Amino acid sequence: MNTDLSGRVALVTGASRGIGFAIARRLLEAGATVVLNARQIDASIVDQLAGPAPDRVFVQAGDMSDPEDARQLVRAVFARHKRLDALINNAGIMRAAMIGMISDEDMRATLDLNLAGPIHLIQAAARLMARSGGSIVNVASVVGMEGAAGQLVYAASKAGVIGATRAAAKELAPKGVRVNAVAPGYIETDMTARLGDEVKAQSLKAIGLGRAGTPEDVADAVLFLCSDMSRYITGQVLRVDGGMVI
Amino acid sequence: MTLEEKVFAAFKDAFDLEDGIDRASLVYREFPEWNSIGHMTLVAALETQFDAMLEANEILAMSSFDKAVEIMAKYDEH
Ligand SMILES: NC(=O)c1ccc[n+]([C@@H]2O[C@H](COP(=O)([O-])OP(=O)(O)OC[C@H]3O[C@@H](n4cnc5c(N)ncnc54)[C@H](OP(=O)(O)O)[C@@H]3O)[C@@H](O)[C@H]2O)c1
Repeated sequence: MNTDLSGRVALVTGASRGIGFAIARRLLEAGATVVLNARQIDASIVDQLAGPAPDRVFVQAGDMSDPEDARQLVRAVFARHKRLDALINNAGIMRAAMIGMISDEDMRATLDLNLAGPIHLIQAAARLMARSGGSIVNVASVVGMEGAAGQLVYAASKAGVIGATRAAAKELAPKGVRVNAVAPGYIETDMTARLGDEVKAQSLKAIGLGRAGTPEDVADAVLFLCSDMSRYITGQVLRVDGGMVI
Repeated sequence: MTLEEKVFAAFKDAFDLEDGIDRASLVYREFPEWNSIGHMTLVAALETQFDAMLEANEILAMSSFDKAVEIMAKYDEH
């Protein structure tokens, strides 16, 4: 048993950079056909990614906070590939704000993308995935498990994703579709670059392994959860945080 | 196969029906096997039979055999 995904089709949201891009690359290296989504994404990403396998990379732009775009994305996968084996709900935003300063717009945008987005995609994809069996991986966060000051809405959205993961795992298990989540800690991407040096220094002190995570650290865990290596694992949240204490 | 036969084939598949069953008795929440879980089994069978993906509003509107035929007409290529 290995991580070979030849012949399988994977859909990764938020795949134009950061963790999603690393996930797409890992799945591609494992032999999968990969459909990449983000709001701003075009064929140029195929050159960055594909190397020897441009025929296995597909791009489909869409805003995953819009339910119609989410459905359209799955319809496009169905039309082109007729199957879906792995769905990685990775697209997400984080807008830090203290409780008194959370705007209605920040709340709406965060919940629409981070929580409603994965739910819409799971709803649209579940029956297609049930045809062949498959694996759904939701990218949550340690903040959704532990909470963090200044991240009330983000934490709520990611805790919601964990609840959705567990419920979907129960409902879809009889159909052969596994549903798990990863909970990254502090990973160096555009998202964390915006937090500034002080937050970074503080976060590093809290990480047992003594370094920030890389997108590849998360991508390897996602590959494991997409592959047959994890065939008997569903409804779980896998922390990928280097032993972070928050 | 006619449209109606194709729809019936999916119903048979989902609910393990006899050929001679009265199709008018196939009503959501009235026919014993056609509960909310059976409904998703039926939708999956229809999608496989017609090689299609149904919209959420169509899934919610599919309340009887006749209604299913009406909805599936859109996906019937032959
Ligand atoms: N970095 C961390 O430390 C960390 C820790 C825990 C969890 N996470 C989670 O990991 C996931 C990825 O984070 P990241 O750090 O890689 O973020 P990132 O570098 O900011 O990348 C976010 C990706 O999502 C896409 N995206 C944003 N809004 C979207 C929308 N409405 N529809 C579709 N795609 C959208 C972006 O492309 P466009 O802008 O072009 O749409 C981009 O591809 C997120 O869910 C995040 O919450 C990250």
